[in-house]
Amino acid sequence: MAEARNASQLKIGEKGIIAGFKDEPVSLKLMEMGCLPGVEISMSFTAPLGDPMCISVSGYHLALRKDEATMIYLQ
Amino acid sequence: MPLKSHPKIALLGNPNSGKSSLFNHLTGLNQKIGNFPGVTVDMKSGHCKLDDNVTAELIDLPGVYSLYPRSLDEKIVFDLLSNVNHASYPDLVVVVVDASNIRRNLLLFSQIYDLGIPVVMALNMLDVAIDAGLTVDIEALKKELGIQVVQINARKGTGIEDLKKALAAPKLNAHEPMFVPSEGMELVDLVKSTYGIENTYLAYQVAQQSEDITWLDAQQKSQMAEWKREFKFYGERLQRLETVARYQKINELVSLALKEASPKKKNQLTRQLDAIFTHRIGGYLIFFFILFVIFQAIFAWASVPMDFIDSTVAQFSQWLANRLPEGVLTSLFTEGVIPGIGGVLIFVPQIALLFGFIAVLEESGYMARVVFLMDKIMRRFGLNGKSVVPLISGVACAIPAVMATRNIDNWKERIITIMVTPLMSCSARLPIYTILIAITVPDINYFGVINLHGIALMGMYLLGFFAALLSAWLMKLFMRTKERSYFIMELPLYKSPRWINVGVTIVDKVKAFVFEAGKIILAISIVLWVLASYGPGDAMDHAEENALPANWQETLSEKEAENKIAAYKLENSYAGTMGKWIEPVIKPLGFDWKIGIALITSFAAREVFVGTMATIYSVGVDADDESTIKSRMRAEINPDTGKPMYSTALSISLLIFYAFAMQCMSTVAVVYRETKGWKWPLIQTAYMTGLAYLSSLLVYQLLK
Repeated sequence: MAEARNASQLKIGEKGIIAGFKDEPVSLKLMEMGCLPGVEISMSFTAPLGDPMCISVSGYHLALRKDEATMIYLQ
Repeated sequence: MPLKSHPKIALLGNPNSGKSSLFNHLTGLNQKIGNFPGVTVDMKSGHCKLDDNVTAELIDLPGVYSLYPRSLDEKIVFDLLSNVNHASYPDLVVVVVDASNIRRNLLLFSQIYDLGIPVVMALNMLDVAIDAGLTVDIEALKKELGIQVVQINARKGTGIEDLKKALAAPKLNAHEPMFVPSEGMELVDLVKSTYGIENTYLAYQVAQQSEDITWLDAQQKSQMAEWKREFKFYGERLQRLETVARYQKINELVSLALKEASPKKKNQLTRQLDAIFTHRIGGYLIFFFILFVIFQAIFAWASVPMDFIDSTVAQFSQWLANRLPEGVLTSLFTEGVIPGIGGVLIFVPQIALLFGFIAVLEESGYMARVVFLMDKIMRRFGLNGKSVVPLISGVACAIPAVMATRNIDNWKERIITIMVTPLMSCSARLPIYTILIAITVPDINYFGVINLHGIALMGMYLLGFFAALLSAWLMKLFMRTKERSYFIMELPLYKSPRWINVGVTIVDKVKAFVFEAGKIILAISIVLWVLASYGPGDAMDHAEENALPANWQETLSEKEAENKIAAYKLENSYAGTMGKWIEPVIKPLGFDWKIGIALITSFAAREVFVGTMATIYSVGVDADDESTIKSRMRAEINPDTGKPMYSTALSISLLIFYAFAMQCMSTVAVVYRETKGWKWPLIQTAYMTGLAYLSSLLVYQLLK
């Protein structure tokens, strides 16, 4: 089975709906910040060196590293 | 619910929810900073008159996204709210909720709601929500939650009177909790009966956070860990279930109380500014330009008040010396205590300016972008984007800088940041750099504007910065941790800073510095005064006969004679003896016993160096004129070579030594406090001194 699509693969302006998380403690923090299964996120922009990136989730901007973004699986 | 006449009210909310603005509105400038007992987290509190009969004590808690802590500061939130016996345990909690981010803000609110502590919701930023097309039905929220909900605007200060009324007569929450744990109830019941807790969610959180709770002792913690295994209480799994269940409940609530239309304005300003501030090239250029302005301000603008403080303290000291009867006590005051206090006060202008700038950058939302820009670069060196703030602060003073590392969640990144921050050239090194550069580097202007002294000075700052990065990188290789580094941070909307908040931050930081660091600097100054004023044997008593030739009245002026005696006394004092004693060790670096004395006296604080040099070369301590010291040092001849003592090799060696060595007791003390032990301050002192020694040795031996 091909690896599921994750949030780090989103292009700028692209949207995706969260399907689930990799089983890591960090995903708990992401969930607290409003990244929950079924929620739509969109990629806003990245830092000049391509990492970290900034996503838009439930109406606000959340910065996270690519490493963290790979833990968010998309539908 | 009737309230006591002096209730304690805790203020809680997400970061960027406007909590600090509300706190400042409620308390005015009537605030004080204390410590949460047992932990070194600042506790801000203030008084607020709610009505004619009730004056509340307001306690400002750190901004958090949920009750589960991420960083050091955040741990105290649940620690306080779980401990009925805590001196600051609140009778009531105000949760500030940002209406434009209502779902995420309600997560924290729902947790507080379930703890069973009386709660009032202060709904803030409705104007931002309206711009985003969101209309909140406050009556629906009140009805569904059964508590007081008050609309406020913390920026403009509206709704504050309504909030005060609500606080004076809060409604007790009689509704069902928003979340009830579905698993792990055996342990929850056991915690309830063991610790006499009634509230289910409180008992559940006590079990979740047992490791971080200060009111549980080691035995109770290990018992709890055992129970968790026995009852299969899997904290992370439960937390995940809780978060999902809470958001579900929040969505139900929001569907009743929130109308979402298409946004009127799409945060256009923030989008446009982000395009500029996080631009591939422009973003870094703007950041460096802002840094440049800050440094310019710290060094150019602060020098006027600093000179004023310097001369006022010196004059006061002189004035006192002339008034008081001569004796040990007078000299302790005029040469130890008052210059010691002066040594603390002199840093106030720089610290005030630096924290003023940092507060403006933070208030405006720009600092979050700097962290975002720098994270990838800093990560390569084992640091975090958030390390940028302490490193910049380190240019003024390492003490507040080390304290600013607290919001770095990752332990390893925080320790590395603490360890390398003192390598940034702080303002106390500036006078040393200035004098040594003036002696060594020719004063040449290029094109009329670029000065060689200025370039050399900038070189010293860059040297410190690169040494910090390199040390961080080395430590990253040696330090092992199981904790995964992560970076998850809200990028708040840009807004113009509120000047009252900036002012309050400046006052807080200056107070913290004067009282925390000041105590230590003062104590050390007194010790140094003793070391420099007393000596072994009776040489000190016969200073006058020994220092001066028999017919001194014919050749020397009164002033010159006094200076000669002072120099003789210093040479024969305990400090002087120690200087001679360490001479063999520092000789390979090019230093003699005179510099040795300065090294010892400035071990406590670097700024003592110039004063000590002035005394050693008997130009008089009150000779404020730096050029006197400079010309005297230039004229000094090395007895071994017959050439000038302060050769290029020695000056550079000494410059590098001061750039790297941990010559600051206050920093050692603050690192001890922040890392809760002697391990890290000792390692830090050892590695920095080692780095300083080896670098100076290398430079001196190569250039000699």
